[in-house]
Amino acid sequence: MRENRTFQWRLLLRFGLLAGIVPLYTAAIGMVEVFNAREVVQGLLTLGEMLVVFPSLVVGYLTALHLRRDGSNPVTALASALVTGLIASLPVALLVLINEAVPLRGMFVNVTPALIKILLFEQEQMLTGLGLLIGALTLAGGLGGLAAFIPERFRRPLITGLVVVILSGLLSEFIKQILQQFVSRNALRQIVKGKSLTSQAAGAIFAVTYLISLFWISKGQDVKSWYNRLPATGQRQSRRVANTVLGLFLLILPWIMGPYLSEVIDNVGLYIIMGLGLNIAVGWAGLLDLGYVTNFAVGAYITGVLISTGPLGIGARLGIDPLNFWMIIPIAILAAMFTGFIFALPVLRMRGDYLAIATLGFGEIIRLLALSDWLKPYIGGAQGILFITKPDLPGLAELLPLADWAPSFVEMSQKKGVLNGLLKLLFYGEFSGPQELYYIILAGALLVLFVAIRLNNSRTGRQWMAMREDEDAASSVGINITLTKVLAFTVSAASGGLAGAIFASKVGTIFPNSFSLLVSINVLSLIIIGGMGSIPGIVVGALALIGLPELLREFSEFRLLLYGALLVVMMLVRPEGLWPSPVIRREMLSVEEESEEPPPSDKGTTETPQALHSLWEPTD
Amino acid sequence: MRARLYRLNWVDVVLNALRIVIIVAVIVGAFNTITSGKYTGDQWISLVMSGLAQGSIYALIALGYTLVYGILLMINFAHGEVFMAGAYTAYFLAAYSARQGWLESQPLLTILSWILVAALVSMGVAVLLERVAYRPLRGAPRLVPLITAIGASFFLQYTFKGLYGSAFRTYPEVAALKGSVAMGGAQIPIVQIFVFLAAVVLMVGLYWIVEKTKRGKAMRAVSENKEVARLMGIDIDQVIVFTFMLGGALAGAAGVINGLYRPQGVNFFMGFFPGIKAFTAAVLGGIGNVPGAFLGGILLGVIESLGPNLVLDGLGIPAANQLKDVIAFTMLVLVLIFRPQGILGERLAEKRA
Amino acid sequence: MSDNILEVQQLVKRFGGLVAVDHLDYELPRGSICSIIGPNGAGKTSFFNCLTGFYSIDEGDVIFDTYSLKGLEPFQVTRLGIARTFQNIRLFSNMTAIENIMVGQEPHLHSSWIGAVLGTPGTRREERMVEEEARRLLRFVGLRGKGDMLAKNLPYGDQRRLEIARALASKPKLLLLDEPTAGMNPAETLQTTQFIQRLRDELGITILLIEHDMKVVMGISEKVTVLDYGKKLAEGTPQEIQNNPQVIEAYLGKGAAQLLAEG
Repeated sequence: MRENRTFQWRLLLRFGLLAGIVPLYTAAIGMVEVFNAREVVQGLLTLGEMLVVFPSLVVGYLTALHLRRDGSNPVTALASALVTGLIASLPVALLVLINEAVPLRGMFVNVTPALIKILLFEQEQMLTGLGLLIGALTLAGGLGGLAAFIPERFRRPLITGLVVVILSGLLSEFIKQILQQFVSRNALRQIVKGKSLTSQAAGAIFAVTYLISLFWISKGQDVKSWYNRLPATGQRQSRRVANTVLGLFLLILPWIMGPYLSEVIDNVGLYIIMGLGLNIAVGWAGLLDLGYVTNFAVGAYITGVLISTGPLGIGARLGIDPLNFWMIIPIAILAAMFTGFIFALPVLRMRGDYLAIATLGFGEIIRLLALSDWLKPYIGGAQGILFITKPDLPGLAELLPLADWAPSFVEMSQKKGVLNGLLKLLFYGEFSGPQELYYIILAGALLVLFVAIRLNNSRTGRQWMAMREDEDAASSVGINITLTKVLAFTVSAASGGLAGAIFASKVGTIFPNSFSLLVSINVLSLIIIGGMGSIPGIVVGALALIGLPELLREFSEFRLLLYGALLVVMMLVRPEGLWPSPVIRREMLSVEEESEEPPPSDKGTTETPQALHSLWEPTD
Repeated sequence: MRARLYRLNWVDVVLNALRIVIIVAVIVGAFNTITSGKYTGDQWISLVMSGLAQGSIYALIALGYTLVYGILLMINFAHGEVFMAGAYTAYFLAAYSARQGWLESQPLLTILSWILVAALVSMGVAVLLERVAYRPLRGAPRLVPLITAIGASFFLQYTFKGLYGSAFRTYPEVAALKGSVAMGGAQIPIVQIFVFLAAVVLMVGLYWIVEKTKRGKAMRAVSENKEVARLMGIDIDQVIVFTFMLGGALAGAAGVINGLYRPQGVNFFMGFFPGIKAFTAAVLGGIGNVPGAFLGGILLGVIESLGPNLVLDGLGIPAANQLKDVIAFTMLVLVLIFRPQGILGERLAEKRA
Repeated sequence: MSDNILEVQQLVKRFGGLVAVDHLDYELPRGSICSIIGPNGAGKTSFFNCLTGFYSIDEGDVIFDTYSLKGLEPFQVTRLGIARTFQNIRLFSNMTAIENIMVGQEPHLHSSWIGAVLGTPGTRREERMVEEEARRLLRFVGLRGKGDMLAKNLPYGDQRRLEIARALASKPKLLLLDEPTAGMNPAETLQTTQFIQRLRDELGITILLIEHDMKVVMGISEKVTVLDYGKKLAEGTPQEIQNNPQVIEAYLGKGAAQLLAEG
């Protein structure tokens, strides 16, 4: 096969320019500057620099890969990679040049001197800076191209190693918070300095990940088949062990993570609760509900009104004691379900996209009404409802006079430490902070999870799935579409109410602006990106979309931009989500599956007529 | 001997009850307001005229929705951002031209240049959307393009925020449009008349394009029956791009006109509410129907303008003007529930097996 | 209880100016296998759609076993005991074969979502029963072992069998089959034909077919009805229909009948 030696200019131009848009875009909207504050590896690499350089790296890799596959000779491929890297540098370089002639800041507010400084690698001289910029990107292209030549066996671990290092670098604060509780300060400083990893730590993490990855590629299959060959009891046992470990881990999680991270997990948990609920409507029944925030709002406001000790609370108005948090949970859930039911009725006959817009309309109407002066006397208008109390349980200290016969326990609970917080909670029963509230949210999430799993494998679950697959066919097999849709909306609303109730108590004060379309979009996004219809997918989605922005504050500034881009990219590339539902996964597996018996050429003539008749018991 | 299964469709009962409640509320509110004589005749006229002006802007944006829906059967959720893109970008030209004094010396030409720039930018954004986000997903189940459109909408909004910041901008004042004219006892701002007329002109232009030109005929053919149009040699992709371009251009023009009518409030989020209201207008008039979009826009504008004072006030709701958007959203929901084919639209085909 | 399981009286269905079903009268004897044939667009599937509630009936009435089907929704028609398959196979593609059949049992199920969540014994019992029934039906149509395959991954012939199994799951008294042998080779067609007969012989289901394959039609039908432009063109035994010049003309065009007569 004759190897291609010519440069495929059009291809290179296209790849290069497409890649070049990224640094230009991220620079112009200010991402580069903001991300530059976040160091990934101490003194070596910031996130902002990554944004500028990585596109060239990636496009060089892809170019070389593509050309190699098409039969280009290695030198040409490598040179092409360099060229694409070069081309990718041109748009940004142009930006710098233009800005020099005509300051762009008047219009493009984020093309600041600080940005230019970053792009020019801190050089005083424009020419040297530009030279460095273009050179660095070209080189990156070349490096990427080189990477395409590394044999697969080593390339995958390399990439994995790099990704893990970068992720660890980004999450270094997170790591610091956790390690803080177990490791001495000196040791800690070796790993995490300032806000990022030290180079030693980065190197170490890379090395370890690389080796593990290498091992997994060669030996991973063996491990899997070993597991599959275990007798059923062995499998069950190992699963049980894994579950117990997971359970224990979840139980002590807030005390490992500290208050700030617990707050993050709490928010993730609330969104998981809502995500599981919306999943019923969207993922299983196929009804795109953009107004899910109404259920959340109803749950929160009912809680607010019934619990608040302030002037809007039912206590002040009717002169009775405000209700207890635990009592209102079922009320909030039922109220949300009722809301879901009411809003379901008008949209029953609507087609998919109209349904989405109509539900969006409902959401906005509710928010605007909550904001209005008209309803202000009841629910506080823009000021909202204040003084919502936190949940409270009779602690062990009240139930048993522990102080008398177990003083050491009580003493332990007063101190700080991993388990001491848990003890304090048990004794006093005050869910005052994020670490305590975690347990309520965990309980809520487990409850919703349980209900969701039960429904999935039930008649109702199948009704929903059939309806989503083909509404007409579902109707023709006897499914009452109206009832099924209404049920989907009603059940899915319940978890919104639950989340709203917990939220209201958690934040203590609720305003209408907490209940905007954004909440609905957030929940929808995490379902879609995590995996529509898939329960683990929702957990993944919540962690990614709600958890990460909290941990990486630089991301949170561009959160909705990234959401939007992510939604588009996911729909284009992987509409089934990051962790698709088992249905989809079964589809991947079923191609390899073999039937238990070879397909018979007749239709079950092995059956006796007797067996056939049993199908036809008198109908009930 | 026949038995009949008696079935009371409770959903229909509830919906009919809802319909009655709303009609009654509107009548009672209007009656109360009118009999109380709280507002004078010229106040009503003033409200109607401002409703017409605002409605014209909705109409121009609505045309974009209706054209795209007619061809692709999808809601271009990001169309509000197409509007915003034109409005925002043209703002810079507007500010510049005001500073340079062009606005004073050549107002008409200057404004036309703004409209041109806005239309071009909006067209560009619309075509980009089509190429990048919608075209690859043409065969996908309905939900997928809708979600993509939502994502694109956010992406565009926050891109503009990133590029231009979150400050609110204000279009320059146009001296030629200041002042008002007497009409039936009320003082109508000239700018309102300008807005309405400009919209009519653009509408007529669009109508001409759709009805008389070859491209327009191709558009109509594709929206009737894509397969047959393809068989007749029409390049479907080209027609679709053209449709997006048209809708985009109109939205861009609407952006500038909006800037003249309400100079304040230009910012990255400005497309959201007008986008949804324009969609309401499109559905109200009959989605896929060009005159319908215009009718729907005008109607929505007037209802939104009159609603608080005419109906809500009469029902004793305080601070009714705050609820203008609620009226618009309620119109949206009501239209989708009770008359999804709109005023001028046709009944959608029945279910088939 | 009359002899006819289905009586259609002057059924009319219009779409704007087009009359899809034009004052059709039809009687379907209980326990029979009958066919509806006719050229494309004759209104056969429209007729099925009217029977099963997919189209609303404009004029006339349909009586099924003393019940009037006029104005019913499809799920209500199914609950009365009519099941159907579709011309272009409408299975629940992303559900497994067994799940498809389990859904088909819907008209006879009672458990509620609350029962499912709480795991009540009644619900659990019904779930077990539903799965057993589904497996039995799976074996009955010859899809043993393929229960866990996604419906869309089954080969064409199996998909048709699955659709029939799903229809049978609702324990119908009347089965409407819309072109059950479309796309099949002669061997498969023969199997399907024999299977249809077994359905009637062993399970007592009345069967109404829409078919284009004349061998099938002539082979198992007791009565053949020919539709054209929504009207009944001819009706009778297979032999009578085969020799009816109007029928031949409808299929092959004017003059064809004459040509055939002349030999």
